[in-house]
Amino acid sequence: MRHDFIDRYSRLDSPVHGLDARAKALAFFAVIIACVTTPPGDWWAFAIYAGLVVVVATASQVPLKYLLTRMLVVLPFIVVVAVFVPFMHKGGPTFDLGPLTVSRDGLLIVWNVAVKSVISVACLILLSSTTQFSDLMHGFERLHVPSFFTTVGAFMYRYIFIIVDEAERMKRARDSRNFRGRWLWQAGVVGRMIATLFLRSQERAERVYNAMSARGFDGTFPRWTETRLRWPDYAFMSGVILTALAGRLVIFWT
Amino acid sequence: MIPLAQEIAVRVDDLSYRYPDGHQALIGIDLVVRRGESVAIMGPNGAGKSTLMLHLNGILQGDGRVEILGTEVNKKNLGRVRETVGLVFQDPDDQLFSPTVREDVAFGPLNQRLSPELVNQSVERALEWVGMEGSENRSPHHMSFGEKKRVSLATVLSMGPEILVLDEPVANLDPRGRRELIELIGSFDVTKLIVTHDLEMARDICGRAVIIDRGRIVADGRVGPILGDVALLSRSGLI
Repeated sequence: MRHDFIDRYSRLDSPVHGLDARAKALAFFAVIIACVTTPPGDWWAFAIYAGLVVVVATASQVPLKYLLTRMLVVLPFIVVVAVFVPFMHKGGPTFDLGPLTVSRDGLLIVWNVAVKSVISVACLILLSSTTQFSDLMHGFERLHVPSFFTTVGAFMYRYIFIIVDEAERMKRARDSRNFRGRWLWQAGVVGRMIATLFLRSQERAERVYNAMSARGFDGTFPRWTETRLRWPDYAFMSGVILTALAGRLVIFWT
Repeated sequence: MIPLAQEIAVRVDDLSYRYPDGHQALIGIDLVVRRGESVAIMGPNGAGKSTLMLHLNGILQGDGRVEILGTEVNKKNLGRVRETVGLVFQDPDDQLFSPTVREDVAFGPLNQRLSPELVNQSVERALEWVGMEGSENRSPHHMSFGEKKRVSLATVLSMGPEILVLDEPVANLDPRGRRELIELIGSFDVTKLIVTHDLEMARDICGRAVIIDRGRIVADGRVGPILGDVALLSRSGLI
């Protein structure tokens, strides 16, 4: 089975894909930090961040439909806030919407949550769909993210598909024997499947470790190639960071 | 005839091993493999073949003595032993743990602390050897089983081993993939120990066969006579 739910489209050939992972990571994190620290009423700032995301997304050639689908992950959070906060927020001016009283401050909170989560998640999706996962982990490593995280990330990426396959095969074997999962007592079956999956993964981990030891692994991951940042990387990074900064500071001019 | 010491690649003396759960996997194994020999290690499932294999580079250390090219395998010289003995595991998904082929093939040489140029060279050479040149940047989970098997071989060939130990190298391959891989393995002119159930492969590329059953060596000799001994094969669950 083939999976690419983590970094689909990361192998396209676009100007954004060609950039160094470090440049992209720093640039996108700058946008995220600028965005989440912006006061909610600072409309122009959000317009600038959104514009930035749209420009990078267009240049990246990642299909718009894919980006939008991925962004649905934030929807539940926004919905939860949107359903309750405007009607339950106390204080400040209100207006009536049929039988309901709506708080203006409450609405602003919804906007705040929605716009910040959408822009931040869009940045992360763009980063992960324009950078191969292994490059991303190496980039993080060179940015001095503790190697514990990058190593776990790299192993996760390598083995999650195998574990998903294993779960899928178990599920098929189970369903072939007429399991329907409708009754409470069948919940135990699912529990045991999870336990089996865990044990198998643990055994696999042992075998992987053996295979690594067999090739002289002594607990430290040796470093290898050091690629240098080139001018397009610097150009992208400074362009994005400066624009984000301009967005963050635009409130002082308007 | 007793072989000269420098002709001996692997010497196993009275090796026994019991797993922590109490299962006695190996009982008094004696085995001498000469340099350049190709030995098929055969036997039913659970006979102890893989356990023996794990002793050859010190991943497991049982009672008894294992020598690789005259050096005893112990904690102190694990590094040297592991450079000499290339172990390829049965499941390529265990062998290949890196996000890209290049990193996996480079892993051994990097652990040998080679310079970046030498690492690059050995990666290139190893991939070329197994016919996978140009796949440096591919990730193993996008590869076919046969391709993964080839890359697995490359991950130890890149370390320049003098002894190759292969666990079921052609199991689960389709017939063409199997045939090609057998040819490839046959072309490596190093000492080879091949754990397998594949009688045909044993006959094709091994001069000698060792049969292990319930932790003991029950037969050891030229591959022809052993594979011709129907009673022995059927007792050992091989036919």
